[in-house]
Amino acid sequence: MIEKTLKGKPAYWIWLAFLGMFMAVGVACYARQYLFGLGMTGMSRDVSWGLYISQFTFLVGVAAGGVMLVLPYYVHDFKAFGKITILGEFLAIGAITMCLLFIMADLGQPTRALNVVFHPTPHSMLFYDMIVLNGYLFLNILCGWVILTAERKQVHPPKWIYFFVYLSIPFAVSIHTVTAMLYCGLPGRHFWLSAIIAPRFLASAFAAGPALIIIACLILKRVANFDAGKKAMDKLVTIIMYAALLNTFFVFLEVFVGYYSNIPGHKHSIEYLFFGLEHHGHVYNNLVPFMWTSVVLNFGALGLFAWPYARKKNEFLLGLSCVMIFIALWIDKGLGFVFAGFVPNPLDEITEYIPTANELGITLGIWATGFFVVTLLYKIAVGVEHEIEE
Amino acid sequence: MDKQRRKFLKIAGATALAGIGAPALVRLSASNALASEHEHGAAEGHAAEAAHGAPVEEAPQGVRLGMVIDMRKISEQPELLDGAIAACIDAHNIPQFDNRKSEIKWIWKAPFENVFTGESSYHLAKTVKETDFAVLCNHCDDPPCVRACPTQATFKVKANGIVAMDFHRCIGCRFCMAACPYGARSFNWQDPRPYIKKYNKDFPSRMRGVVEKCNFCGERLALGQEPACVEACKGTGAIVFGDLNDAQSEIRQLLDKEFTIQRNPSLGTKPSVFYIV
Repeated sequence: MIEKTLKGKPAYWIWLAFLGMFMAVGVACYARQYLFGLGMTGMSRDVSWGLYISQFTFLVGVAAGGVMLVLPYYVHDFKAFGKITILGEFLAIGAITMCLLFIMADLGQPTRALNVVFHPTPHSMLFYDMIVLNGYLFLNILCGWVILTAERKQVHPPKWIYFFVYLSIPFAVSIHTVTAMLYCGLPGRHFWLSAIIAPRFLASAFAAGPALIIIACLILKRVANFDAGKKAMDKLVTIIMYAALLNTFFVFLEVFVGYYSNIPGHKHSIEYLFFGLEHHGHVYNNLVPFMWTSVVLNFGALGLFAWPYARKKNEFLLGLSCVMIFIALWIDKGLGFVFAGFVPNPLDEITEYIPTANELGITLGIWATGFFVVTLLYKIAVGVEHEIEE
Repeated sequence: MDKQRRKFLKIAGATALAGIGAPALVRLSASNALASEHEHGAAEGHAAEAAHGAPVEEAPQGVRLGMVIDMRKISEQPELLDGAIAACIDAHNIPQFDNRKSEIKWIWKAPFENVFTGESSYHLAKTVKETDFAVLCNHCDDPPCVRACPTQATFKVKANGIVAMDFHRCIGCRFCMAACPYGARSFNWQDPRPYIKKYNKDFPSRMRGVVEKCNFCGERLALGQEPACVEACKGTGAIVFGDLNDAQSEIRQLLDKEFTIQRNPSLGTKPSVFYIV
């Protein structure tokens, strides 16, 4: 099936070349960082995790979001998802690839990464994260490939594969739960020390992942003559809407707890995110414009989703609302959540984080790599689909 | 007597390098005079044995090294703390960067309100307000950084409670920095070597990409020396170091006598550094 990636219209090659350009920039930037050290980034003693870990956190969610197709199709026999379930699985592969690359980019000593395997440490949440992330990657490659092969031959997939399909469902939940546990089990980081982090992560994941799939479907419809079907799209929108509402609700609960309890530690990070934190006469408010953009996009998208014309009749508005909710959630989790956890630091001092150009180059390079992988995989999936139709 | 001997022997055993410094270690524990009068020979023998991996009998709770910082003395003589910090920098090849972003700190100064974030600093006594406090790793009895580390590159030394680092195992994921509620950990964002002012060949310098922090001078204890900061304040009683589990030790007698506070005790980390304010 891999040969399908080697034939395509000029637009396909131009798209790949476009991504390849960013990947090359990413590699060059990484070489610089590798030779100099992580001092090439905007991270500091106080904000010791930056874009890499925040992108990792967000993309684990995108990967987990694929389960919103797998679960209805395989558990509830929701037939309309038959054609696009593979897109969810392949998106997960691309997203996990990015996650692993972001982790590698973030390590101070990347050549020692295997120490996590050589010295397995069950009391560290990173140990479990390694297991579930790699496990989920493996499961998606296996299930996606076996089922697509069967589809191509127009036979039923082998029975044993269903064991792995069902196994991938709790794995999807586990990758994001464990990722939440990286944060929510740390004493002294009030913003993260909240039991709602895992549910909130899952809710935003189940909105962001499917939103990206709808966007992909709309693009594939135009460029690859691939129609996911109206029923499938409608269902996806419903899923996104509920998940995004839940996420909004959870964020509101965090704000309530912080402000009503009036405990400074619970309030500070939220204040920093939305209003800026005053400290010794200086107001620190780097993230404020981003967070309000997220709020506006979030409610704007929810409004559009709630409008039947936009979600059912107008593909442009449907696509727009998906892009809006995706960006809103990316800002919320892929920027704000991680950065604000470090403000203020344990000594009540404030250091703001501003990524460097080199860091942005690596980040864009990894995103491009993920899109590159997803493009190739989708090319295969759509190619097989067309082959069957002929 | 026997019990006491065992206590300081265990410090010797733990700090490993053995034989060399056993007599001097007496200082760390209980009644100095007694111990040094009677125990020298035996101590050397035992310490050597410990170093060769022979089992040392465990006392009920084991040794737990800790520190009391008497801020009354430091507020009278603030230069004591500067001396302690300088001694630490020299002893551990700590690089000196001029930007806050790359900073590496093992022991440093900060105002009361920043050190004791859980305490009220409303109408603080003038001397407390104007004195910079010493901040360093708390060598917690239940350290969150050790829990978070995915490679056991940071670990608690069972025999003496020191939270130590293996610079060669650290992968630089900085999970420990996120986990530490005291901001005690630093990361080598770049090669630190060009920024070491005075190189001490008795302690390794670090490479870029690894985390580091105060190690309670494990390497000096092994040689029978006191931690560098303690030595720098010698004779003043500004920093007292010893075994928290030894009822006869100088540190315990001080703790029994004075009211002390710890940083953020509500987090359950059980810090081993105490402050007399």
